Amino acid sequence: MFDLKDLYQEVIVDHNRSPRNFGELGPPGRKLEGFNPLCGDRLTLYLDQDGDRIADIKFNGSGCAISIASASLMTEGVKGKSVREAETVFAGFHELLTCADLDIDMTRMGKLAVLAGVRDYPSRVKCATLCWHTLHALLAGDEAPVSTE
Amino acid sequence: MNYPQAVQADTGPATGFPVETYRQDFPILEQTVRDMPLVYLDNAATAQKPRQVIEVLDDYYRSYNSNIHRGVHTLSELATDAYETARKKIQRFINAESLQEVIFVRGTTEGINLVAQSYGRSRLGAGDEIIVSTMEHHSNIVPWQLLCEQTGAVLKVIPINDAGELDMDEYKNLLNERTRIVAIVHISNALGTINPIAEITGQAHAAGAVVVIDGAQAAPHTKLDMAALDCDFYTFSGHKLFGPTGIGVLYGKQALLEDMPPYHGGGDMIKMVTFEKTLYNDLPYKFEAGTPYIAGVIGLGAAVDYVSDVDLDRIHDYEHGLLRYAAEAAATVPGLRLIGTAADKASILSFVVDGIHPHDLGTILDHDGIAIRTGHHCAMPVMERFGIPATARASFAFYNTTEEVDKLVAGIDKAKNIFK
Ligand SMILES: Cc1ncc(COP(=O)(O)O)c(C=O)c1O
Repeated sequence: MFDLKDLYQEVIVDHNRSPRNFGELGPPGRKLEGFNPLCGDRLTLYLDQDGDRIADIKFNGSGCAISIASASLMTEGVKGKSVREAETVFAGFHELLTCADLDIDMTRMGKLAVLAGVRDYPSRVKCATLCWHTLHALLAGDEAPVSTE
Repeated sequence: MNYPQAVQADTGPATGFPVETYRQDFPILEQTVRDMPLVYLDNAATAQKPRQVIEVLDDYYRSYNSNIHRGVHTLSELATDAYETARKKIQRFINAESLQEVIFVRGTTEGINLVAQSYGRSRLGAGDEIIVSTMEHHSNIVPWQLLCEQTGAVLKVIPINDAGELDMDEYKNLLNERTRIVAIVHISNALGTINPIAEITGQAHAAGAVVVIDGAQAAPHTKLDMAALDCDFYTFSGHKLFGPTGIGVLYGKQALLEDMPPYHGGGDMIKMVTFEKTLYNDLPYKFEAGTPYIAGVIGLGAAVDYVSDVDLDRIHDYEHGLLRYAAEAAATVPGLRLIGTAADKASILSFVVDGIHPHDLGTILDHDGIAIRTGHHCAMPVMERFGIPATARASFAFYNTTEEVDKLVAGIDKAKNIFK
């Protein structure tokens, strides 16, 4: 049987308690808000881009442990990466949470694999992907806040 | 578990209420969820259905499914008769003066929209005022905002105090000769607060305003008495009253309904149609355009029979005991804060726990088969008032037990352990 401990792993509890890259970046960095109207989770993502590279990334806001930990892990995971690399990680992460077969190369996901347990709670997938959708929109140059609904 | 044991176990609520017997009427309660017995504490979202309702729906579709008010054949007569009998049951259930005052709608949401668009739009103009409160469900806010946009009327809001009670002094201050409509929730779904409807209505009438009551949460918990409340409109949903989803009731005083234009046009709501002139049907049919949810109406009639049989006064007493038991248990959990501590309260326990987001709590409880609601409960202004994004909410029906409350508390402890 699926264990709750697989969902709320130590890493997730830790990143929720002390989120990494939590804060703001001033101009010339860009920012974008992500909102999950269903549960009220609200994140703001701040991005310093150096050409194609994500030079720095921070976030703040409020949300459940899954959304905060996911945002924290995301910022760690994409900092210093190229836009394309970040998008590739997002695609893999999305697949990890939404695709039925578990044939995914978990090692490729690195630390993000700790969020794999969310796939057993379909109503919580949006919590884990809110930050990623926001990043995706920010990288695409969108200015309108992102909503998961 | 057999009945005498259950009564012994239930030391909190009034003894002698055969909760285990009633539980057997609800097939869904026998389920397991994630291999655990279902503990259903999300009754404010929707209540479970007793066999007595499920069987009536089944019987309608199996043996006399037919359209109403239009056939001379036997099945149509049977269906029409069952439909209109349900109206009589509901008239009695809410103590309305006449059958013409009982209109079937899809639910509370449609009931409020009907009043806003039919009554409000034909009567309100620029500068007129509509009073709502901070504790309203979005369905008793947005229809009025739409009406304000259409007519130039202005929305006024009664604030609530830290316990989640209406500020009645401020209400009196807001009332004036421009007030046309006062739209208030009877029992708050987010806080559990029971509002003093008769008092609110008396003051509104003195100011010349009509009163619209959102009774979505009240119908399953208190005896409804339109004559005593004296409100002008009252609406509730069948699905929270152990009946089907998609059916509800709008009560309106006959004199007001007579004068209101139809809400929807179509079949059943007319007497005669020509391209020059259409003659509208009499009440209540004027407001029941199109083929209604016939099975739903008949099912709601059965639900009303069922709760009347259990007896709403006894339900009220039992649930009150359950709420007291739950509130006392909650008070023993460090870091748990109740949101909504009104003196007069229904069996709804909204709360937050330090360091645990309500959604995480909801998921952890679900893992033990415990269903609660987490989020803003379609009452975002309430969340804003208390400065929180969301709450966890356990809402109890008369089939819930103190054992289930204990499981809830154990689940909260488990969540605290994960997040400690
Ligand atoms: C207080 C209150 N008002 C209105 C509603 C809306 O009811 P429905 O969705 O059945 O129309 C609800 C239920 O969600 C409620 O709790």
